[in-house]
Amino acid sequence: MRVLETGNHLVALAARAAGVEVVPAYPITPQTQVIEKIAELIAAGQMDAEYIPVESEHSACAALVAASLTGARAFSATSAHGLAYMHEMVHFAAGIRAPVVMVNVNRALGPGWNIWCDHQDSISQRDTGWLQLYAASHQEVVDSVIQGYRIAEDWSVLLPHMINIDAFVLSHTYMDAEVPEIDEVKDFLPPYKPRWKFDPRLPVTHGSVVYPDDFSETRQSMQIGQENARRVIREVCKEYSELFGRWHGDLVEEYRIDDADIAIVAMGTIASESKVAVDVLREEGVCAGVFRVRYFRPFPIEEIRSLGHRVKSVLVIDRDYSYGMEGALFTELKGALYGYSEIPVRNLIVGLGGRDVSYELIVDMAKKALSGELGEITWGDSRLTSAHRVTLECLEDFKKIFG
Amino acid sequence: MVTLKSLPEEELFLAGSTACHGCPSSLALRIAFKALGSNVLLIVVASCTSVLQGSYPFSAINVPLLNMAFATGGASASGAVAGYKALKKRGEIEEEPTVLVWAGDGGTYDIGIQSLSGAAERETNFIYFCYNNEMYSNTGTQRSGATPLGAWTTTTPAGKPQHRKDIAQIMIAHGIPYVATVSLAYPLDFFQKMQKAKSIVGTKYIELLAPCPPGWKFPSSKTIEVSRLAVQSGMWLLYEHENGETRFTAATKKIIEGKVRKRPVKEYLDMQGRFKPVLEKPEGKEAEELLERKVTESIKRLKGWVPEYI
Ligand SMILES: Cc1ncc(C[n+]2csc(CCOP(=O)(O)OP(=O)(O)O)c2C)c(N)n1
Ligand SMILES: [Mg+2]
Repeated sequence: MRVLETGNHLVALAARAAGVEVVPAYPITPQTQVIEKIAELIAAGQMDAEYIPVESEHSACAALVAASLTGARAFSATSAHGLAYMHEMVHFAAGIRAPVVMVNVNRALGPGWNIWCDHQDSISQRDTGWLQLYAASHQEVVDSVIQGYRIAEDWSVLLPHMINIDAFVLSHTYMDAEVPEIDEVKDFLPPYKPRWKFDPRLPVTHGSVVYPDDFSETRQSMQIGQENARRVIREVCKEYSELFGRWHGDLVEEYRIDDADIAIVAMGTIASESKVAVDVLREEGVCAGVFRVRYFRPFPIEEIRSLGHRVKSVLVIDRDYSYGMEGALFTELKGALYGYSEIPVRNLIVGLGGRDVSYELIVDMAKKALSGELGEITWGDSRLTSAHRVTLECLEDFKKIFG
Repeated sequence: MVTLKSLPEEELFLAGSTACHGCPSSLALRIAFKALGSNVLLIVVASCTSVLQGSYPFSAINVPLLNMAFATGGASASGAVAGYKALKKRGEIEEEPTVLVWAGDGGTYDIGIQSLSGAAERETNFIYFCYNNEMYSNTGTQRSGATPLGAWTTTTPAGKPQHRKDIAQIMIAHGIPYVATVSLAYPLDFFQKMQKAKSIVGTKYIELLAPCPPGWKFPSSKTIEVSRLAVQSGMWLLYEHENGETRFTAATKKIIEGKVRKRPVKEYLDMQGRFKPVLEKPEGKEAEELLERKVTESIKRLKGWVPEYI
């Protein structure tokens, strides 16, 4: 089915195509249209699923976990403060090995309140055990939700899958996309078959007290699931492309990397913008390419190590920040390269709180990175304006009153 | 008529539990399982019950059990119920299991009230069971919203200065089809209320006063005696609320009808060590009077729901 829809509505249609059976969810801008559309489809008899209008995101994720453990295919969507609010249950979902799919519409975390795109929300969930994908186009959003269940539910993985989509850039803009029908998906994604379940036919205790003697094993098994996911992701993406003719990359997507001197490494839609920048750079005689990290977890270690031998320089764009350190993707990439490559790696921090990131800026920064002009970390679009000066004047007033 | 002898013999609460001696939650689980049978899904939120079931890879609970996070009782039930609805639609099961949430007073009155309230408002079809030991036992006896006035806990070393809230009444205000209070000293009343809850569709809330020997400081052989005196003194009122009407049951009914004399609250307080710090002080008398007055007020308020007293 070819449709012209917003990213958020495409998520809903993809969840239906994936045969989702239970949807606990709580509204937050910019995710709302996902759950509104699902509620609408169910009410119109066009989607056969249980919608649970929970009273908070913490509860959304709790219901998601419990529903998944019964053996039903469960889905939710959230964003920013919602994701932060469910943090305890985000750990829980992975720890109890619930292979759910959840879309996170990437949005900044306040204060100050900011509903626009950056990756701080999902990056802050880095160590929970979830698989994390960052989509770069509307079509990829659709295909990732469907692929997500195949990957998460694979018995060698059994971990929850977060699909990150950039707020507004993807969530609210309309694009045409192909949404497969449920019948077309069935062979690729059969009904969920759990490896274990919460079921009266077999009385088993799930999630009990685990003493130090056994705990590391439960956590190492999560890492094994993540490692297996690397193989499963490659296989599933390949199979999907053969069946449906669409390929968005597997753990990574490369664009004009083969003969590049500099690789621009990014996640989400900034990677799409970077492709435009690369075309411009090449017209100007600069050999650049884009290396898009699709999966932040599992991290594409092997792909990055090989990249370290293929290019002379890397510019990592982070739409997030690990305070007291540097951009999170920058840290991860350097960690993967350690001991394998000594090429210079630079970090560009841009696009926080939805600031528009233009290809011109990326072109400029890439040139500076190549010529060695760029420091290790550059806040590429941060500047003090008259509005910030008002704040400074206000601070002076505080000083007068409180000393 | 149900008698102790006619209760099902099958034990779904097995030997090998790691509970303290005289633990009211274990005793209650045993009765609850007898009433509900084995087509049950048990969800336990963080509490002593997370611990007393035994530790990996052993479990004393012979029904499927899902341990969930502290605040999630109601939401977890909504998820499990929705999951089984989906399985039924798929034709995988015929009869949906009874979903039973087991939570302490901390998990109910405090951190879990939002999730419980949400599930009740969504009319989730499940039984929410709160075993109220009037404090956070698992973390070592801290105060909760259920701790009564005057009680010592580690975070109210001079006795709690506030009264407890009445969550059963809050649940009645949700308009759910069944709310009941139970006591271990009246096991048949307890058993029948559980069975009734199982037969009703919608959200059912059942609360047990759960005297905790180490927390309340009384000998572990006295759990049932303390439970009984709580009811006889009016500090714990047994009733059920159905279709907009309240009915007093067991000993509470007899006290209200004047067939049995209510025992003074003081007798109940004296059985426990946790009220000693307050009772020994000059303010002790006042605390005792305030609790006695609270009993009178609670009975008066409850009577407002009983047709024959209106
Ligand atoms: C979010 C969160 N905060 C705190 C805790 C620590 N904790 C575990 S059990 C518990 C107290 C439980 O009290 P209650 O619900 O009354 O059950 P009881 O221990 O008395 O059986 C607390 C505070 C936790 N597990 N999760
Ligand atoms: Mg308690």
